[in-house]
Amino acid sequence: MTLLSVENLTVRFETPDGTVNAVNDLNFTLDRGQSLAIVGESGSGKSQTVFSIMGLLAANGRATGRAVLDGQDILNLPPRALNKIRPEKMAMVFQDPMTSLNPYMRLSDQLCEVLIHHRGMSKRDALAAAVRMLDAVRIPEAKTRVHMYPHELSGGMRQRVVIAMALLCEPDLLIADEPTTALDVTVQEQIMDLLASLQRDLDMAMILITHDLGVVASSCRDMLVMYGGQVMEYGKTIDLFEAPSHPYTRGLLSAIPRLDQQSDSLVAIPGNPPNMMAPPSGCPFHPRCSFADAGCSTHNPSLAPYQDRQRACLKSAEELS
Amino acid sequence: MQNAILTQTETAVRGRSQWADARARFLKNKAAMVSLYLLAALILFAIFGGQLSRFTIDEIDWQMLGMIAELGGPSVENGHYFGVDELGRDLYARTLLGLQISLMVGIIGAVVAAIFGTLYGAVSGYIGGQTDSIMMRTVDILTSVPFFFIIIMLLVVFGQSILMIFIGIGLTNWLGMARVVRGQTLSLKNKEFVEAARALGVPTLTIIRRHIVPNLIGVVVVYTSLLVPQMILLESTISFLGLGVQEPQTSLGLLISEGTSTMQYGTFWQLGYPLAFFMLVLFCFYYIGDGLRDALDPKDR
Amino acid sequence: MLNMIIRRTAVALPTLLILVIVTFVLMHSAPGGPFTSEKPLPPQVLANIEAKYGLNEPLYKQIFMYLQGIVTELDFGPSYVYKDRTVNDIIAQGLPVTLTYGAWVIVVMLAVGVPLGMIAAIKQNTWIDYLAVGFSILADLLPNFIMGPILILIFTLWLGWLPGGGWNGGQWEYMIMPVIALATSYMASITRLTRSSMLEVLRSNFIRTARAKGLPERTIILRHAMKPALMPVISYLSPVFVYVITGSFIVDAIFSTGGLGTYFTNAAFNRDYAVMMGVTLLTGGLTILFNLLVDLLYGWIDPQIRY
Repeated sequence: MTLLSVENLTVRFETPDGTVNAVNDLNFTLDRGQSLAIVGESGSGKSQTVFSIMGLLAANGRATGRAVLDGQDILNLPPRALNKIRPEKMAMVFQDPMTSLNPYMRLSDQLCEVLIHHRGMSKRDALAAAVRMLDAVRIPEAKTRVHMYPHELSGGMRQRVVIAMALLCEPDLLIADEPTTALDVTVQEQIMDLLASLQRDLDMAMILITHDLGVVASSCRDMLVMYGGQVMEYGKTIDLFEAPSHPYTRGLLSAIPRLDQQSDSLVAIPGNPPNMMAPPSGCPFHPRCSFADAGCSTHNPSLAPYQDRQRACLKSAEELS
Repeated sequence: MQNAILTQTETAVRGRSQWADARARFLKNKAAMVSLYLLAALILFAIFGGQLSRFTIDEIDWQMLGMIAELGGPSVENGHYFGVDELGRDLYARTLLGLQISLMVGIIGAVVAAIFGTLYGAVSGYIGGQTDSIMMRTVDILTSVPFFFIIIMLLVVFGQSILMIFIGIGLTNWLGMARVVRGQTLSLKNKEFVEAARALGVPTLTIIRRHIVPNLIGVVVVYTSLLVPQMILLESTISFLGLGVQEPQTSLGLLISEGTSTMQYGTFWQLGYPLAFFMLVLFCFYYIGDGLRDALDPKDR
Repeated sequence: MLNMIIRRTAVALPTLLILVIVTFVLMHSAPGGPFTSEKPLPPQVLANIEAKYGLNEPLYKQIFMYLQGIVTELDFGPSYVYKDRTVNDIIAQGLPVTLTYGAWVIVVMLAVGVPLGMIAAIKQNTWIDYLAVGFSILADLLPNFIMGPILILIFTLWLGWLPGGGWNGGQWEYMIMPVIALATSYMASITRLTRSSMLEVLRSNFIRTARAKGLPERTIILRHAMKPALMPVISYLSPVFVYVITGSFIVDAIFSTGGLGTYFTNAAFNRDYAVMMGVTLLTGGLTILFNLLVDLLYGWIDPQIRY
């Protein structure tokens, strides 16, 4: 059953130097309890996609299209209506746990206010529930820690608190925006394991934004590859991993260092991500694509069904082999 | 992500050099450009306005005396373009002198403070270690000294001259500059290009000259331009109290003070002209400083 | 906490010592000394006077005696001009007046500047914002010695509503114009400071988190954004204090309020070094004390700082 369906989502920013097209005509669906990974380099529009769904775009950002959550279009809802949906139906875990908690408030206050406001709980019940949730995200000595300030915790602990905060109202959808990039490698794995197990236990749907393809393989059923604000390839993770059909997806996958294969050097995709102020003509990826020809620089391919997935590329399978 | 977008737009603009970039930003700033032209006009007026003057600053127009309120108003016919003060002296000549002194105090005072502060801060930051901590502790201590009082004491003891005002104001306002420059130097010192130069055995003085100073210019220019209106304000405050320059010399602060004490007799021109020039000067320097800050230090955009 | 107080005091003592030495040296480098006037005194009389004030002693001894007086009995010594008054008498007259309206100035500045800056930031790029920014720009061009005369012109000379000067035990109609004249320009700075700091906080990640939590805007501003946005304003109180003391001299000159400024300015005209020195040291000490209070307040509010 479909929980979230995003249709023709476009996000633009008006800046003093011109308009930035962060996201162009994005479509995807997410079933209840399922997980989707959005993958791409920095600046590919991943974060702005979910910010627009969460209603958290910066003041100069405009989103158009539809984002239907549980039968209701939530894109551009007025704050009052949106505040009934977040964090009760959808919640978010942010990139940088060092700055996403309020340094001037005790954790207890930051956690309890969600329950007091959305669940109408008393302060005492809210505190008990907050401690239970901190236990659930495996924070040791939650009873004492809950009264601390964020700066008294390590980065990994803070991210656990952010996760706990997002889960307080048991949302149907959890959006995690690169939840581990700012953390130590050892902690990264713990946090990802935690998210995966919580997702299973609470039967939530999850959108995971990441550029760590290893994480995607182990935890997300679906996968959406973005480049230059557009979808390049979208399908089941397992299909995309086994047979990537878009040159960009191939590039991403071959850039993963592998222990089981002998290789002399790391393969990187040549070139830089596009400047979104002045995106390249045609297919956004063509300047870096080794298969590109004249047609690629004039025609922007649209996302179309291709074998067992969707793909945006002008080249046929034979041409890419 | 928001930052990513900003970074991208910035890389697009970064093609030009840092200075061309700053210049373009400054030229786009309307308030700063208007202020720049206005200031140029004021400076030209301060330099050449004397040619039009038909009186000296201390010449008393005896015909006016006793009937200032009736006859002393601004008039082109009798040559008192701005009217006369309560002693029958030409206000045009006196306002012009006040303007000259305010501009001079502002600019020279700020430059003196800038030079001293930059040297102090750069040395402290570059040498670092024990020297740095002693030099900065000294600045900390001096910051809590009520300099307004010290300047007045200087003036009282050594006589109320323009030179003394320059010295007093310039030498007591370099602390902020020293702090800013020291911080900047400290961060520059650890930049890769400076470390590379040091590793290659480039002499210290050459490093300071080639790498540190050029990178300090931006922050020094911004800070100096912001210091100018403060200097003007400080001098005017002292002059307003009558503790600055002495009669028959004058300054805008003193003229405003005199205008204030006579406004009850209806001689509003005596307050109006100095006040207008004073506010114009402040306006220009505020907006030029602001524009320079936005252009050279666009951090908080 | 105690640590911080000790550290602060460790800076305060040399500061005050430097002040004493500088003022003493300045005073003694005055050509002819403090009792030179247009009409030269007979040498015998001059010697007597100097002996009375201890001026014939070597400099270090004078400094020591002066310090001893302050430290042991808070005694700033006799005035050099008024034979029957000590510096303490003069301070006792002027200081309460200055502190009374000075306190009001700070209250008014904060009570107007902070809310105005907050509203301007919340309603960024609306007419309220433009009005607040416009006001703060205008106020920049209206320093206290311009505001004072303008207020007198309007409310005393034209409208005749308020007395143009005097203190009268600090009745409100005597206090209102001095307070406004002194508060305006820094009120504008506080407005601007609050606005920009609030804007920065509203763009910060933890406010985005609060939004994602579905909290109403009012809660976000009052509970989450207010405190961090106020921190720069609290630090700014130190320069504000120095400004209020300096500005009070202007106010005393314009409105004849009879605060410390009146006495200091008179002392400067009369070369009454003892009074100048006393007032300078007193304000230096008060500034240090006030900075200490600001630091304590800052540490009390910001949980990340523990002294």
